[in-house]
Amino acid sequence: MAEMRTGHLEDALFEAREIACTVNGKLYRAMAEPRRLLSDFIREDLDLKGTHVGCEHGVCGACTILFNGQPARSCLMFAVQADGAEIVTVEGLARSPQQLTRLQESFSQEHALQCGYCTPGMLISATALLSENPSPTDSEVRHAMAGQLCRCTGYEQIVRAVLAAADSDGKGGEGGNHA
Amino acid sequence: MKPAAFGYLTPRTREEAIEVLSRYAGDAKVLAGGQSLVPLLNFRLTSFRYLVDINRIPDLDYIRSEQGYLAIGALARHRSVEQSAEAARECPLLPEALQFVGHPVIRQRGTVCGSIAHADPSAELPALLTALGGSVVLEGSSGRRVADAEEYFLGYLMTAQQPDELLVEARFPKLPNGSGFAFEELARRHGDFAIVGVACAALPDGSVRLGVCGANSVPFRPLKAETAAAQGDLQEAGRLAAADSDPDSDLHATAEYRRAMVSKLVERAVRHALERKEGNARG
Ligand SMILES: Cc1cc2nc3c(=O)[nH]c(=O)nc-3n(C[C@H](O)[C@H](O)[C@H](O)COP(=O)(O)OP(=O)(O)OC[C@H]3O[C@@H](n4cnc5c(N)ncnc54)[C@H](O)[C@@H]3O)c2cc1C
Ligand code: FES
Ligand code: FES
Ligand code: FES
Repeated sequence: MAEMRTGHLEDALFEAREIACTVNGKLYRAMAEPRRLLSDFIREDLDLKGTHVGCEHGVCGACTILFNGQPARSCLMFAVQADGAEIVTVEGLARSPQQLTRLQESFSQEHALQCGYCTPGMLISATALLSENPSPTDSEVRHAMAGQLCRCTGYEQIVRAVLAAADSDGKGGEGGNHA
Repeated sequence: MKPAAFGYLTPRTREEAIEVLSRYAGDAKVLAGGQSLVPLLNFRLTSFRYLVDINRIPDLDYIRSEQGYLAIGALARHRSVEQSAEAARECPLLPEALQFVGHPVIRQRGTVCGSIAHADPSAELPALLTALGGSVVLEGSSGRRVADAEEYFLGYLMTAQQPDELLVEARFPKLPNGSGFAFEELARRHGDFAIVGVACAALPDGSVRLGVCGANSVPFRPLKAETAAAQGDLQEAGRLAAADSDPDSDLHATAEYRRAMVSKLVERAVRHALERKEGNARG
């Protein structure tokens, strides 16, 4: 067997370390202890409060982000796992506050939010759905969004908003700038 | 929320992973998709001195068609398996069962091998692996071994895996052409763990295979029910599977209700699998 070099495995195992990751197109460098949840890192250390935290065990979906292009619960990852990763949070969807994505516009038009707590996770998971499947059916939308909880809207408006942002002409929907 | 402090290791090869697992045997835990482990850490229901993150070992991410079985590497996510053409062709019962595992976002990150290693008696994949007579490949400091599903699952969240062992691959036997199959489940909401779940394969040689989750401390194959099902006695199959189960009562369902549901779902799964088998034979 080739000589094993596990030296890098010994360095300061428990200590905070510097991690570098790109969030919404911007490179961040920050220190993180291994047990620091990615959700807390994003909210507290990077000061991006758009990502919400509800249950912290994967059930509510409020903390969903795009991690290397795929939706993931940020409360079920550690910040150290994001070293080198590319992340998109809800703040990264619109080009500017004046230029919302089609999905965000239709959330507003269809009244797909009330208190807004679930909205970041809803927008991210719908963005992921639309980038994979630009013209989903009603049942595909319900399936894809089933893991995102909302206590206010009763979901109907959310489903309508996602369908309204989907491509009816089958030419590929615009979920977000990064998708 | 904050898990207890831990040391974080990121091996780059499986040899390195096994080396650190054996160096810290008992104190180290593998971190795969984190969809079962991290909730437990967040609530401090468990803690480990070291976490060995295997997400940076790209060789563990594969789905391969081998002689007689579909090989799923430790890093293959639920979602990749669900969308894999090999899985759809060689073992279509696997993508079908995966529809019942959590939600798309959870499946994007969670791994098939992680679900097996976690050994939740209500989980779908361990029941499927058991039904098909599949196995897992374990690698540790004392070498590599293959364990059959039935010897691997020992109890609630308990397996025959040693603390220094890495589950490197799960092997799902291929379904021969002309088989019928079905996965039936009762859950509070779609995406929740099963209250009771049943995997069924009706094979071209006339035999029927069953695996049940949620009705015992381990997923199990109700052998007598399989025989009755092969003889076409669906009700008897349901009754025998219920008689073989030993569920607990909990907040979701009483033992009695679970047993009744085993009977119904076995009946339904066998009927559905046989119908599909017939459809295949005609088509
Ligand atoms: C909201 C939600 C709903 C869910 N619903 C379901 C459901 O309906 N059905 C279901 O079955 N599951 C469900 N899950 C769990 C999900 O399927 C997990 O992905 C899976 O159980 C564990 O896989 P993982 O890769 O995430 O493993 P991890 O959480 O990383 O690990 C789980 C355990 O397995 C061990 N382990 C993992 N990989 C290996 C390996 N290669 N070698 C040795 N040990 C290993 C870990 O040390 C740990 O003890 C749900 C999870 C969430 C958050
Ligand atoms: S806070 Fe992450 S899923 Fe609820
Ligand atoms: S808008 Fe209030 S939780 Fe969804
Ligand atoms: S209206 Fe949103 S939580 Fe009550």
